[in-house]
Amino acid sequence: MSTTVVSAAETDSNTRSQHLMSGDQTNFLNDIQDHVTVGTCFSENAKMSIKNVSVFYGNKQAIFDASVDITENQVIAMIGPSGCGKSTLLRSLNRMNDTIEGCRVKGHISMDGQDLYSPKLDVVELRARVGMVFQKPNPFPKSIYDNVAYGPKIHGLTDSRYELDEIVEESLRRAGLWDEVRDRLQQPGTGLSGGQQQRLCIARAIAVSPEVILMDEPCSALDPIATARIEELIEELSQNFTIAIVTHNMQQAARVSHRTAYFHLGKLIEVNPTEQVFTMPEHNLTESYITGRFG
Amino acid sequence: MSKPSRNLERIQRSLVSRYRAEKAFRLCGIAAVTLGLLAVLVLFADIFLKGKSAFSATYIQLEINYDQEVLGIDDLSDEGALMLADWDRLHKTALRQEFPQVRKRSERRELYALVSNGAGYDLKERLLSEPELLDQTEKFWILADDDIDTYYKSLLKGRAYTARLSLAQLERVKQLIDQDRIELQFNANFLSRGDSREPEQVGIKGAMFGSFFTLVITLLLSFPIGIAAAIYLEEFAEKNRWTEFIEVNINNLAAVPSIIFGLLGLAIFINFFNVPRSIPFLGGLVLAVMTLPTIIITSRAAIKSVPPSIREAALGLGASPNQVVLHYVVPLAMPGMLTGSIIGMARALGETAPLLMIGMVAFIADVPGGFTDPATVLPVQIFLWADSPERAFIEKTSAAIMVLLAFLITMNLSAVWLRKKLERRW
Amino acid sequence: MQSSEMFLLLLGASVLAFFLGRRRSEALAHISGGLNSLHSLPNYHGYFTAIWTALPALLVLIIWMTLENYVIIRLTFESLPEHLLPTDTSSTTLLANKINNLALGVLPRDGQPTEILAAAKQLLRYNEFSRWTMAAVVSCTALMGFSWGRSYLSTEFRARQPVESVAQYVLFCCAVVAIFTTLGILLSVIFESLQFFKSVPVFDFVFGLEWSPQTAIRDDQVGSSGSFGAVPLFVGTLLVSAVAMCISVPVGLMSAIYLAEYAHRSTRTYAKPALEVLAGIPTVVYGFFAALTLGPYLRTIGESFDLSVSSESALAAGIVMGVMIIPFISSLADDVITAVPQAMRDGSLAMGATHSETVWRVVIPAALPGIVAGIMLAISRAIGETMIVVMASGLAANLTANPLESVTTVTVQIVTLLTGDQEFDSPKTLAAFALGLMLFIVTLILNVIALQVVKRFREQYE
Repeated sequence: MSTTVVSAAETDSNTRSQHLMSGDQTNFLNDIQDHVTVGTCFSENAKMSIKNVSVFYGNKQAIFDASVDITENQVIAMIGPSGCGKSTLLRSLNRMNDTIEGCRVKGHISMDGQDLYSPKLDVVELRARVGMVFQKPNPFPKSIYDNVAYGPKIHGLTDSRYELDEIVEESLRRAGLWDEVRDRLQQPGTGLSGGQQQRLCIARAIAVSPEVILMDEPCSALDPIATARIEELIEELSQNFTIAIVTHNMQQAARVSHRTAYFHLGKLIEVNPTEQVFTMPEHNLTESYITGRFG
Repeated sequence: MSKPSRNLERIQRSLVSRYRAEKAFRLCGIAAVTLGLLAVLVLFADIFLKGKSAFSATYIQLEINYDQEVLGIDDLSDEGALMLADWDRLHKTALRQEFPQVRKRSERRELYALVSNGAGYDLKERLLSEPELLDQTEKFWILADDDIDTYYKSLLKGRAYTARLSLAQLERVKQLIDQDRIELQFNANFLSRGDSREPEQVGIKGAMFGSFFTLVITLLLSFPIGIAAAIYLEEFAEKNRWTEFIEVNINNLAAVPSIIFGLLGLAIFINFFNVPRSIPFLGGLVLAVMTLPTIIITSRAAIKSVPPSIREAALGLGASPNQVVLHYVVPLAMPGMLTGSIIGMARALGETAPLLMIGMVAFIADVPGGFTDPATVLPVQIFLWADSPERAFIEKTSAAIMVLLAFLITMNLSAVWLRKKLERRW
Repeated sequence: MQSSEMFLLLLGASVLAFFLGRRRSEALAHISGGLNSLHSLPNYHGYFTAIWTALPALLVLIIWMTLENYVIIRLTFESLPEHLLPTDTSSTTLLANKINNLALGVLPRDGQPTEILAAAKQLLRYNEFSRWTMAAVVSCTALMGFSWGRSYLSTEFRARQPVESVAQYVLFCCAVVAIFTTLGILLSVIFESLQFFKSVPVFDFVFGLEWSPQTAIRDDQVGSSGSFGAVPLFVGTLLVSAVAMCISVPVGLMSAIYLAEYAHRSTRTYAKPALEVLAGIPTVVYGFFAALTLGPYLRTIGESFDLSVSSESALAAGIVMGVMIIPFISSLADDVITAVPQAMRDGSLAMGATHSETVWRVVIPAALPGIVAGIMLAISRAIGETMIVVMASGLAANLTANPLESVTTVTVQIVTLLTGDQEFDSPKTLAAFALGLMLFIVTLILNVIALQVVKRFREQYE
């Protein structure tokens, strides 16, 4: 781990001052509890950084002024009770929110210093760099091969069939699916089991070699055994990819992530190394959640 | 596996053509929608431009002398004398007085052809409505012949169509125009008369009444039967192969070409049950059989949209299944059923093909008075007129189409209104 | 019409019976202490008596009406001398029609043999007699039914159960009407077609290349045989349908895609119903447009390119038919496209696919079965479409694949063969039924497959 973590106290004052400076009085007043993200929001080796981001659906605000960095080649887990806005924030990281009517994002999200919401940014390119795996496995109604080859094909990443075959095999291998499907690559992807389908979706995502992979509760529709496979996979992938995973399963967050962000009612309450969050949380809301007092 | 940086380069390179394809695709979509909307526009504009002139007709002002001796009538209440009287002589005399230079027989015939050959009938009506005119003279606007009508209307538009008129006739018309004795008036006959062989005399009242009587039969048969069938299938039928067979049948019938229903009407109703041809009752019967599947399908959808919670609540209160259906489900599904039926009726109103098979294409000049009088319906009337060679029929056909479309639009709008007004969302 | 009066009479009688039955039950309840002593509500007693009054009488009425004509004609024939009696079935119907028409006064009486005129008079007498007897019998049945039903009423009587089961049966019968309709269609086309195939072999009909149904009235006329090879009709139908599909499939599909995937919601709310207007326009209007506006217009355009376009070309009919089918395809396609789960689109968009790539490579393949089924239904509609081709395409059976020429179609021939003054069982009219059979079979197959595919498609994504 090459991340040096800024001290908690420093960050604390940082966010607070930023918050006040942002001048968003209403947000601040809406905050019943003194809304300050505790813990280490920032990291030096940030792949993506989220600064003072608020997300609105029409008139409804889903995220209140969240700031957090996503460290390169690490897994960050976003946890919290359902409806707390963690999926919303995740979807704004590759601008999948654009597909939802009336969704607005305020604040700054950047990747490698590049503003994701600047008009100059190309969404197609961004999404090729930031892959996404969804809650329910959603393989296309195509063969297993074509599912994985989809990204390389549309982006024109290969020059020959041979190259494409290679990418497909490599991606399936890395998703731990190759041995199970090598003999039936031409069969429809929808014919696989739930866990296999999800791994197929992961293979599909990594086939275009993204820099970041977003995972939106990737195991919530799977059985425990399939879940274990995916978790293993996440751990392996984290060596090469930056991963942000949303989960409602605290154990999962504890198992796979390096850092954990806790969300509550649209507010980012605490960000800390996972170990710390689960052993000695700074914020009492976090503590109440991980000890199961609500959620 | 390719490196991210190399990938990025390739993606960026591909972007230009991909965005071009995206734009082209979008444009294709817009073009398709525009094309469809344009088709609607062109169709309506074409019909409207062709048909609007049919609502006015050309009239010629003549000095009519209701000469008692010419007519041979002493008493206007004498039916027999009225029948025998030569009403045409009234306007023929007037025309001869107007153009005294006409002598030859053939010239005279041309002269008489300026006015509609139904003019005598109009004069009779006029005299009967105002008996004191007997033996008096008045200036009366007489309906012109369809060729004059076509010529005069085309002249007003600036492109005179003279093909059907002789030079002498043209001269006479010009003379009349110079004297301001020829003009367009509202064509009241078009809405108040039945069919005719003469384009200037035709009206769509007969066809409208025929359509009305036909639709009444269709509604009386298909609405109750359709709703009953829908209720049975949705509420009472057990899910077995028998029910499934009925369902498959209904879905298929909804997609069977309408002309097949005409064959059914011909073979079963006419040849087997000896129902007389050409009558609204038979037409209604055939159209009812045709619309029934549509009504059943829409009614079932309406019943399906009543949430099960209402059923359960009513059953929980101790209502019998029949009562639940009668008191809760049917009233709640009624708006949907009515909307579906109106749309079904609109379709039946516009249907032509099956009615051709069962003899509703006959030329019928009288306005039908009931369900068993020979009749024709609006779309068939349109078909018949469209087939007629006279140029004047084009505008009449278009006008009849306008009337038909007006009815259809009213029906569909009322269906939309009904749905908006009564629909509940759960 | 006396039978309709009979129906009204029965209706009135059953309403009356309802009130009488209800009164009776209320009276019964009164004796034994209030309405609570009744097992069923008084209304049910009323319904029960009404049903007993109307139902048996209705049955008798219907049976009488179906048998009446047949019996009367048989009886009338008995009064005819031997030499006038018909020898086969077709002349039987002819004679029966003749006598009927004479009796109704539709046919002039002059020049008819006196025996026939006498028979017509006899027929009128029988008719009169039958009507009165019918009225008497039906009234008696209604009265008997009423008293029978009324005798059942008592405080313990469970009137609700029989009433509800009768209601169920009535509902069931209404649902079964659909089966009888299909059966009726099948019987009507199959019987007449079988007769037709007696004189023209099936093979000659289905594979014959020559269609000229002009059977001569006199034997020595030219071309008196008439040939019934339907291939030119099939080709013509396919040609017109193909032109129609070339218009409607791309336009309908693209507009469905645009409205479902791209258009702003407000555009969608206005453009969609505006397109559906095309579906509501009667086909006769399209026919008029094709025959009087588009046909001549195409001809003029053709002339400027030195092409000879027939004014009754397959092109004009096909284009207009295509326009008519656009909303049909677009609404079916819209249904299936919107049924494709959003998750699939998200999956593709999240890969960095553009919107059109998502539509082409994911949404359309997913919706493909539904779209294909929609196109099949549209083809079935194009094949069966009548008025446009009757008005805008020709009568001559040309075997050609050139859309600029005039062709004729199956439906056009059915209409022309059946609207002339023809006796019913000449091969000419029977040929129309054989064509109807072909049409029915083809559309049936298309519909059944398409509906099945759509059903399965829906189940897949529900």
